[in-house]
Amino acid sequence: MVKVIVDGIPVEVPAGSSALQACEAAGKEIPRFCYHERLSVAGNCRMCLVQVARAPKPVASCGFPVGEGMQIFTDTETVRKARRAVMEFLLINHPLDCPICDQGGECDLQDQAYGYGSGMSRYHEDKRAVTDKNLGPLVKTVMTRCIQCTRCVRFSTEVAGTPELGGISRGENLEITTYVEKALTSELSGNLIDICPVGALTSKPSAFQARPWELKKTDAIDVMDAVGTNIVIQARGGEVKRIVPRINDEVNEEWLSDKGRFSVDGLKRRRLDRPWVRVHGKLHPASWQDAFVAIAKRLEGVPGSRIGAIVGDLCEAESIMALRDLMHALGSSNLDCRQDGAQYDLTDRANYIFADGITGIDEADAVLVVGANVRQDAPVLNARIRKRYLSLGRGGLPIGVIGTLPSDPTWAYEPLGDDPTALNALMDGTEGFAAKLKAAKRPLIIVGQEVLVREDALAILAGCRKVLAAGERAEGWHGLNILHTAASRVAALDLGFVPGNGGRSVRGMLSGGVDVLWLLGADEFPVHSISPDTFVVYQGHHGDAGAARADVILPGATYTEKEGTWVNTEGRVQRGFQAVFPPGEAKEDWKILRAVSEVLGATLPYDTIGALRERMQLGVSSAAAAPEVASQVALDARPLVPATHGYYLTNPISRASPTMNECAAVYAPSAAVAAE
Amino acid sequence: MSDVNHDQPTHFAFDEVSEAEITKVLAKYPPERKASGALPLLYIVQDQMKRQTGSAWVPTVAMDVVAERLDVAPIRIYEVATFYTMFNLKPIGKYHLQVCTTTSCWLRGSDDVLGACKKAAGIAHVGGTSADGLFTLSEAECLGACANAPILQVDNDFYEDLDGPRTEALIAALRRDEVPQPGPTNGRHGSEPEGGRRVLLDANAGAAGPQKG
Repeated sequence: MVKVIVDGIPVEVPAGSSALQACEAAGKEIPRFCYHERLSVAGNCRMCLVQVARAPKPVASCGFPVGEGMQIFTDTETVRKARRAVMEFLLINHPLDCPICDQGGECDLQDQAYGYGSGMSRYHEDKRAVTDKNLGPLVKTVMTRCIQCTRCVRFSTEVAGTPELGGISRGENLEITTYVEKALTSELSGNLIDICPVGALTSKPSAFQARPWELKKTDAIDVMDAVGTNIVIQARGGEVKRIVPRINDEVNEEWLSDKGRFSVDGLKRRRLDRPWVRVHGKLHPASWQDAFVAIAKRLEGVPGSRIGAIVGDLCEAESIMALRDLMHALGSSNLDCRQDGAQYDLTDRANYIFADGITGIDEADAVLVVGANVRQDAPVLNARIRKRYLSLGRGGLPIGVIGTLPSDPTWAYEPLGDDPTALNALMDGTEGFAAKLKAAKRPLIIVGQEVLVREDALAILAGCRKVLAAGERAEGWHGLNILHTAASRVAALDLGFVPGNGGRSVRGMLSGGVDVLWLLGADEFPVHSISPDTFVVYQGHHGDAGAARADVILPGATYTEKEGTWVNTEGRVQRGFQAVFPPGEAKEDWKILRAVSEVLGATLPYDTIGALRERMQLGVSSAAAAPEVASQVALDARPLVPATHGYYLTNPISRASPTMNECAAVYAPSAAVAAE
Repeated sequence: MSDVNHDQPTHFAFDEVSEAEITKVLAKYPPERKASGALPLLYIVQDQMKRQTGSAWVPTVAMDVVAERLDVAPIRIYEVATFYTMFNLKPIGKYHLQVCTTTSCWLRGSDDVLGACKKAAGIAHVGGTSADGLFTLSEAECLGACANAPILQVDNDFYEDLDGPRTEALIAALRRDEVPQPGPTNGRHGSEPEGGRRVLLDANAGAAGPQKG
């Protein structure tokens, strides 16, 4: 630790800290544009100038290392003059278009110009103008506003791992561009909008829609993947206008995937806003009462074993709990949350979550990815792997991959084979990657959905465990980590939403396995395989595959319209709050289940969400023990197949989003080229 | 940069001469630092284009090839190539006339040199190429030969101590495919004083040592 005196306040900061960090530790706010805590230091905006005792001139605090006993002054006349001069230079070529700029109200330049701007310009020469660049369907550019802080260049190079932006030309002609006019290929490109301190990079889909001070902000959890990214939903007049990330260093740092950010416009399209009942093969609008009666009528005399329920990927824990209670009350044990047919080892909770946690990535000293396309399955988590990869230097973090990666994962890796038999070589290998894995104290094996949906899934998991057992591992280190893609999955497994004794799985419920099938937002399974004789109740928010097949549709709420609890892939229990109301007659899902239970004569024992939550046991596994098949099925030499649905259209909300559809169209051709 | 040339070739590959050069260049750097070879490799591209097409320039596809060879993202090479004015990002004439117009040259008459270039080469504006495709004219910042100002750099050669008529004569010679001897054009030797030495004329003066007064 180094002792520094900032404006007379003594503070202790770790050696190697910058003067700016010391000032922050002393509670002094230093204006900055180019400096960002999570990016490398560029030191080119000069806004963070401070005075240091015995230094001949003001120093840029962001890149100035502290020394023992250093005296820093952040608020002297010299400092203020210097910052005013820097601001004057920045404003010379910055257009005065704040009234039509989307950054207005949350603009660093605007804010700091209040403190250091001069109120009038002394510049009479021609201003610089820069052509706008086309960066694809998500990021809008107004490049004349750019102050060339290069945060975007550093973000795309360092965090996103897609070095496509750069500073072209020099001096007066310097421009930030891709040079070859192409759409950014990152799944994290939306973060460029947040990171840009001015209005040069703004959101294309939400351009000219709202002012930041008009928006009501609600904390919530992203459901587009299973990372559980902390978000802020910003709404105006009952409509979600935009979603931005919230800082949580243990989960998403301050990033958000593009799907989580830009699926917003899917929230108001293709919505189910009233109940529907199928009469003579055709869906008719109905009242809630009619819909409930239709369900009650059909359920009359149907034994519990002929009733089934499937939970979708976006559901919150409360509605899963309510549906489980309802099914148990009806005598059914045909419950399943694994639409994709994934198999988990349910004997211990640590076996079906990302057991070492997302922060575990920061400690890993070797990584083995088995059947996961981490970049698309969990872009934010992938950025964390890249961070660890970069922090250990070239070749410092050995990464092996079993399976095929359709795109550059943004870290260097050793391909170990495209089928799970590659594990055999790792179990008793003594050279190459096997040796590195064996020597690792904290090896991280990431198992993805490509593995879990296979018949030999449990054998592969057992194989991974054998690989882990081959070396000496750090105390308390699990090593085996499941990367989920469905936001609801871990909560559903925690709550035991899997077939009970003699119960049927998703596959068993299809093709006439049950007479009545309750779909809670479930659209990602072969809906067409449901027997024509099965009576389908679809409870959900979007008119997607499930609703099209339904006999009764009960309109539910999206994640922005209900308070709910989500459990992410590492088993972290998080709560999101209601930002807006569901459209039309749609209701919160647990309330629908509570109401229908009364009509069915199986009233659920709670009337408030609080009482419901008391029954929920998250964070422990209440699932049934795994079927004993691991020993019988051997590793299959069929290659692991990457999912073919791409990144942008993976759930009912993103499929309803015009922005996500545009992305899928723009990025599809390049994906096809990469696959060749 | 707005003046990216849109008439780009679709393919570029280093030829044998270039490959030999690249081997020499990359041998200077440790393998994990071979990105340092960006500038030399871009020069090699430009030279090869000159050999193959008669026009020394760097097409975008060649920058991609350089990036691949150096294991860096293409944008890193675009940044370097656009930063330095020595790389031409669009086709140029057979001879690249680069007139230094910075202070020393300007005071010594670079305006005349520039005017002579325009007139003799038949180029209307700086940055333009003559209709016959022989000459491209550009303005250069200080070329670092102020003692011999004003300077005209033709491709890689300096022609020094120019004035209007001599510039015109030089261009006329180039037009005839003659390449005059680079260096001072007014008969002086290197950067020695014009018209011979003017100091230290007395060979014995130094032997007596400094006079004390």
